This record gives sequence, structure tokens and C-alpha cells, in this order.
Amino acid sequence: MNFLYAFLFAGAACSIAQIILDNTKLTPGHITSIYTVIGAVLSFLGVYDDIIVKFGGGATALISNFGHMLYSSAYQGYMAEGILGIFTNMFTKSSAAIAGAIIFAFLVSLVAKPKD
Amino acid sequence: MTKDDYKKLVKKHTPREPKLRNIVVAFFAGGFIGFFAEFLIYMLQESFGMSKVIAGSWTCLIIIAISSILTAFGFFDNWVNKCKCGLIIPTTGFAHSVTGSALDYKKDGLITGLGSNIFKLAGSVILYGVISAFILVVIRVVING
Repeated sequence: MNFLYAFLFAGAACSIAQIILDNTKLTPGHITSIYTVIGAVLSFLGVYDDIIVKFGGGATALISNFGHMLYSSAYQGYMAEGILGIFTNMFTKSSAAIAGAIIFAFLVSLVAKPKD
Repeated sequence: MTKDDYKKLVKKHTPREPKLRNIVVAFFAGGFIGFFAEFLIYMLQESFGMSKVIAGSWTCLIIIAISSILTAFGFFDNWVNKCKCGLIIPTTGFAHSVTGSALDYKKDGLITGLGSNIFKLAGSVILYGVISAFILVVIRVVING
């Protein structure tokens, strides 16, 4: 049942994005940025944690989870260390995504042939 | 012919995007990725006894690794053209844009090409994510006093 919820949530989020993409002049870059900001706002409202409990991987696989990770780790940093904590903890949760993307992209592009 | 007439003519002859089909394809592609992530989290929890958070981080890494490798082999560009938002909105889109720009600009050299362009597309996601997170934390702090 969890799998079905994950499927439906991720699918719904993607089809809403597709509707926006097809009916406005926004580019995919705009939409991913908007989704990230939406994720941060939902996290700010305290909704995103409930969404993750309900939809599991369907919610964490989306780019909006990136905004949620940034906000929640920055806020936890503030609670632990004050103002400095916002800056020192901003990337703690999303580190896996950013470092992973950079490292795999670099390794893969060293091996792969450049496109024409 | 005035400019408006010309615009109308162009609009008439531009091929129309099959909007409904795009939505259905995006739904199933995105849904599959959500399902795959949930399945991986479940499998990692069951077979390695990981906590949910650690399994989630591993899942994130695995999905990013898979989409980077598939981008390098050239499969992913075709799939993104077909599935569009179904692959752009999940984390696969982030990894695809980083790897894609790394590959595209590799020919300009490792520093001026790959190095300075690797975040060409993913940069906006990181920038606006960080800015919005920062502003929202400040708002929360002000509200809570």
C-alpha cells in the first residue's frame, strides 16, 4: 500500500509540473526552482514531514525534498548553535545529494566521450 | 502582413504538443521513480537493517548514481525528451542536469569548461533553495521570538 501511495504522490507532482510546463512559458529550470521553494515552504509550515511519513519514497525522490532538507537542517542548526548554526548546518542533510551529484558527474564525464 | 498576423500564422503552423499524453506519461514516469525510491528504502531497511533516514540517504545516492551513469551513456536525454517532467521533477533531473552540463562543456577544458559550467542548470535550484530556506528560517525565528 505504501508503494501505491509513493507512486501516486510522485506521479501527481510530476503531472502538475507537466501541466505548468505545457501551458505557460516557464522552462524546466523555472519549475524545478519553484518546486524546491515549495518544498522549503511546506517544510516551514511543518507539512513536509507528514507528507514523508505518508508517502515515503514518493516524497523524498522529488526535488522539493531538497528544499525541505535545506530548511530543516538550517532550522535544526539554528536551534543547536544560534545564528551561526544556520550557516554551518545549511547543507548537512542535502550533502549526500549535492556531493553525490558532483562526484558522479565528474567521474562519469571523465570516462564518457564528449558529445558532438 | 502585420506582426500580429505573422504571429497568428506561426501559431497556426507550429505543431501542437500532445498535452494530455504528456501529462499521462509524466504521471507514470514520475510515479515509477517514486515507487522505485520507496521500494529501495524498503529493501535497504529489510535486508541491511538500516534506519529509515539512512536508507533514504542511500536511496538518494543510488538514484543520483544511476541517472548520472545513464546520462553519460546517452539514454537519459532521449527519456527526458519523452517523459519530460516525469524525470525532471524527481532527483533524477538534478543529477541529469549536473552530468549533462559536465559532459556538454568538457570539450572547453577541465577548468574553464567543465569546472565553471557544471552547475549551469542545477545552480538555480541550489541558489533559490538556499535563499528560501534562509529567509524562512529567519521568519520562523522572528515569529517564535
